[in-house]
Amino acid sequence: MAVARQQPEASVENALIERVIAGDREAFYELIRPYERAIYLAAHSVTQNPADAEEIAQEAALKAFTHLKDFRRESKFSTWIIQITINESRMRHRKQRAHLYESLDEPETTEDGNYMPRDCADWREIPSEALERKELRDAIQRAIASLAPKYREVFMLRDVQNLSIADTAKALNISEANVKTRLLRARLQVRDALAPGYDGGWQAGGGSWKKVRPW
Amino acid sequence: MIVEISCLEVWKEVSNYIDGDLDPELRRRIEEHLKVCRHCTAIVDGTRNVVRLVADGQSFDLPQGFGERLKRRILGESGD
Repeated sequence: MAVARQQPEASVENALIERVIAGDREAFYELIRPYERAIYLAAHSVTQNPADAEEIAQEAALKAFTHLKDFRRESKFSTWIIQITINESRMRHRKQRAHLYESLDEPETTEDGNYMPRDCADWREIPSEALERKELRDAIQRAIASLAPKYREVFMLRDVQNLSIADTAKALNISEANVKTRLLRARLQVRDALAPGYDGGWQAGGGSWKKVRPW
Repeated sequence: MIVEISCLEVWKEVSNYIDGDLDPELRRRIEEHLKVCRHCTAIVDGTRNVVRLVADGQSFDLPQGFGERLKRRILGESGD
């Protein structure tokens, strides 16, 4: 469930990085492979379009390859590659949507306001098993897609990809305080978007789902 | 004596509360509030539920063949 399913050890990663810098292109694919899902989702969080997201993820990977020698090892490789992908996505997305007004680089002082969560008194737990049902996955995707970009990006990195608050801040080039504010808003909005479907809706199987997780 | 906290104050901290990112004093005040406020409890539970569900990793799939195409792109542009 982390950024990469099987996060490689730093020593393995460093050895691969050395090989890439020495000119070994295949080593780069090995290096980036554990993060292919992470970069795709990062691009998708900005573009909201699978074809664009794939194209951007590839471009970002090639950029990372070209600039690998500039990679400062004080941050994780995963954070660095996600940061490149986010930047690439924003640049492309901005170009594509140049005719529309959409500010993707919100100033740090953005007033996020107080989001008032909807009153739904009793929302019990949706079992993870319900995710096997396409309608719930679709509802989650729609709920995330409905978020404004600045909230969606934070939510995707922090909650879908499980980056830490610090790594999310780095990848998006915003402050940790901003990550937290946006995350709150995003989580509440997604909850509100999903809540109405639950009352009886998400558990049509009558609770017969096989429990595979502790929650 | 724990100082009471309003629903609005609880909502502002829902996210940090779920992440365990609060000082113990505030955490205690929120917990006291949740004992008596069904509405805030529903919000906290629902939000926690959302975080768990999306972290599951099943809600987003990579496009079929993504890895292969990425590999080709990376290797294909060599030697030029």
